[in-house]
Amino acid sequence: MAIVKIKGLVKRYPMGGQKFTALDHIDLEFGKGEFCGFVGPSGSGKTTLLNVIGALDAPSEGSTVVLNEHVETLSQKKAAGLRNHHIGFIFQTYNLLPVYSVYENVEFPLLLLKIPKEDRKKKVLDALEWVGLMDKIKSKPAQLSGGQCQRVAVARAIVKRPELVLADEPTANLDSENSYNILEMMVKLNKELETTFIFATHDEKVMKYLRRKVHLVDGKVTKDEIIGKGAQ
Amino acid sequence: MLGVKLAYLNLKEAGLRTWLNVAVLSLTFIFIVGYQGLYVGMLKDSSRAMIDEEVAGGQYWHKNYDPYDALTLEDSHGKIPVSLEELINQKKATPILIRQATIYPAGRMQTAQLRGIDPAQTIVTIPLSFLDNNKEELPVLIGTKMAKAKNLHVGDSLIVRWRDTNGTFDAVEGKIVHIMKTQVQTIDSGVLWVPLDRLREMTVMPDEATIVTISQDVSKYESYSGWPFKDQKFLIRDLTEMVKADSVSAKIMYVILLFLGMLAVFDTQILSIFRRRKEIGTLIALGMTRTQVISLFTIEGVFHGVLALVVSAVIGTPLLYLFSLKGMPLPQVTNEYGFALADRIYPVYTAGLVFGTAALVMVIVTIVSFLPTREIAKLKPTEALKGKLA
Ligand SMILES: Nc1ncnc2c1ncn2[C@@H]1O[C@H](COP(=O)(O)OP(=O)(O)OP(=O)(O)O)[C@@H](O)[C@H]1O
Ligand SMILES: [Mg+2]
Repeated sequence: MAIVKIKGLVKRYPMGGQKFTALDHIDLEFGKGEFCGFVGPSGSGKTTLLNVIGALDAPSEGSTVVLNEHVETLSQKKAAGLRNHHIGFIFQTYNLLPVYSVYENVEFPLLLLKIPKEDRKKKVLDALEWVGLMDKIKSKPAQLSGGQCQRVAVARAIVKRPELVLADEPTANLDSENSYNILEMMVKLNKELETTFIFATHDEKVMKYLRRKVHLVDGKVTKDEIIGKGAQ
Repeated sequence: MLGVKLAYLNLKEAGLRTWLNVAVLSLTFIFIVGYQGLYVGMLKDSSRAMIDEEVAGGQYWHKNYDPYDALTLEDSHGKIPVSLEELINQKKATPILIRQATIYPAGRMQTAQLRGIDPAQTIVTIPLSFLDNNKEELPVLIGTKMAKAKNLHVGDSLIVRWRDTNGTFDAVEGKIVHIMKTQVQTIDSGVLWVPLDRLREMTVMPDEATIVTISQDVSKYESYSGWPFKDQKFLIRDLTEMVKADSVSAKIMYVILLFLGMLAVFDTQILSIFRRRKEIGTLIALGMTRTQVISLFTIEGVFHGVLALVVSAVIGTPLLYLFSLKGMPLPQVTNEYGFALADRIYPVYTAGLVFGTAALVMVIVTIVSFLPTREIAKLKPTEALKGKLA
């Protein structure tokens, strides 16, 4: 069963009276448990596509079905609900809440889901154990290294066990060792929890891990490359 | 609650700026309560003096009597109803006869009011004992304001002229026997207090009166035809109005202070929304609705008000308490207002004043906290994540 089903997706931006086409008739499907990514030069539309899938951006045309919800017709509130329950985000710049401790940052999505306290604690500790940050529970993001911050962000993205994790250039600010650590962790999560991962990246290190590469150029899919036996 | 904790942490993070806002708001709150308390104290003090020295439990007025129209005074006198007379005999009421007169202090003709009152009465506290034991001359008691205005001193003699019921002029020599200090202007300015029986005799108005003031102990007011009853509230209403009018300039101060507090919080809100666009985008990506994000930022702003109230309670309580003990000395100039005042006024803080001011501060803080958050509603999550403003 496809988790993401995109048909004839067009995204246009107004540009000084004219329209700029950032995504040009995209047709794509992603199944459960995929570990894949959009690759392509800067400005090719990777982030835009990821944002549409994450219901953060409204498409101009076509249909985008994410976890059985039509993103193009989703109300603002419903979109929030979809993200809250089913989608985890990882950003290039980590985007942790600076005033929260590591523990509180990871706990945040569960608070939004109104998960009871005991359950919450277990889940947060599980997630932190996964990313190996049990010793930094009380630290504030400012006291962490970039790699540690991104691990917190990963824990925050997966703590609610979402079906889908969207990661936009998650390694761009990390050195290679931290990049590999993060990627290994994600692969492990993908295997054990069957979480679907979709990346947007032009990092070679990331590409080595992808089992499917969707090549974008000027908002068009130029190549949909399946590597090895990973993707169904 | 999620929002409250996050708001609290963010305010803590903002540090100095938060405390600056809280300081401005607390200052505003304490200033308003303190200053407005002065007016309440002033009104309380003045109305107590007015009740003690003039109004007592209320007054029956002769139907023609109108204190705002001197011309009515001519006809404002009449026989006291029998049952009211009974009250007077029981020492629960005292009659006052008011007549227009002309005096000649230092040879210049001036109009004045002769007020006849029983020197033995116990209803109002005026030093009437001085009016006794005089033989030839008419003993006259006046207030300090009157003494100053007409340049009269104790022991001064002055010619007093009046017209009796038949309209015939008559004159007598009066002597100032005492000058009383009072804050109640209506028993001071232009008033000559004289013994009631002398005035009745002079004007040939036996058993007549203009006003019958009743004791504060009387709780039930009968009505007598031709003698409408004026209660305390009615009789001190001018004072209330005057204090209200006088507090207008203070209110302008409050508005300026509140405006500063408003501006401080408003500015902080605008700035924090501008600075934290990326955080807003992140919160939305994590699954918060815009409404939730808006309430988060609004709570953060409102927290300034809550903190300000806490700080005001901690700092303001001893400060305002001390103020209420020490009072505020009044410069003599203040006496030139419409009403005279005590030398020192002591603020009085009513629950209504404290809670009303707290509510006012909170409402204003809430509004200025909420208004800037409308920017969030316009923000596109994708733009917010990039750190751009819509
Ligand atoms: N809000 C916008 N208004 C106008 N044009 C936009 C807007 N957002 C993106 N674009 C354009 O859409 C195109 C795709 O942008 P996008 O951010 O998806 O690229 P990308 O593939 O993620 O690039 P990068 O690798 O640099 O992150 C770009 O040419 C960009 O200029
Ligand atoms: Mg991008």
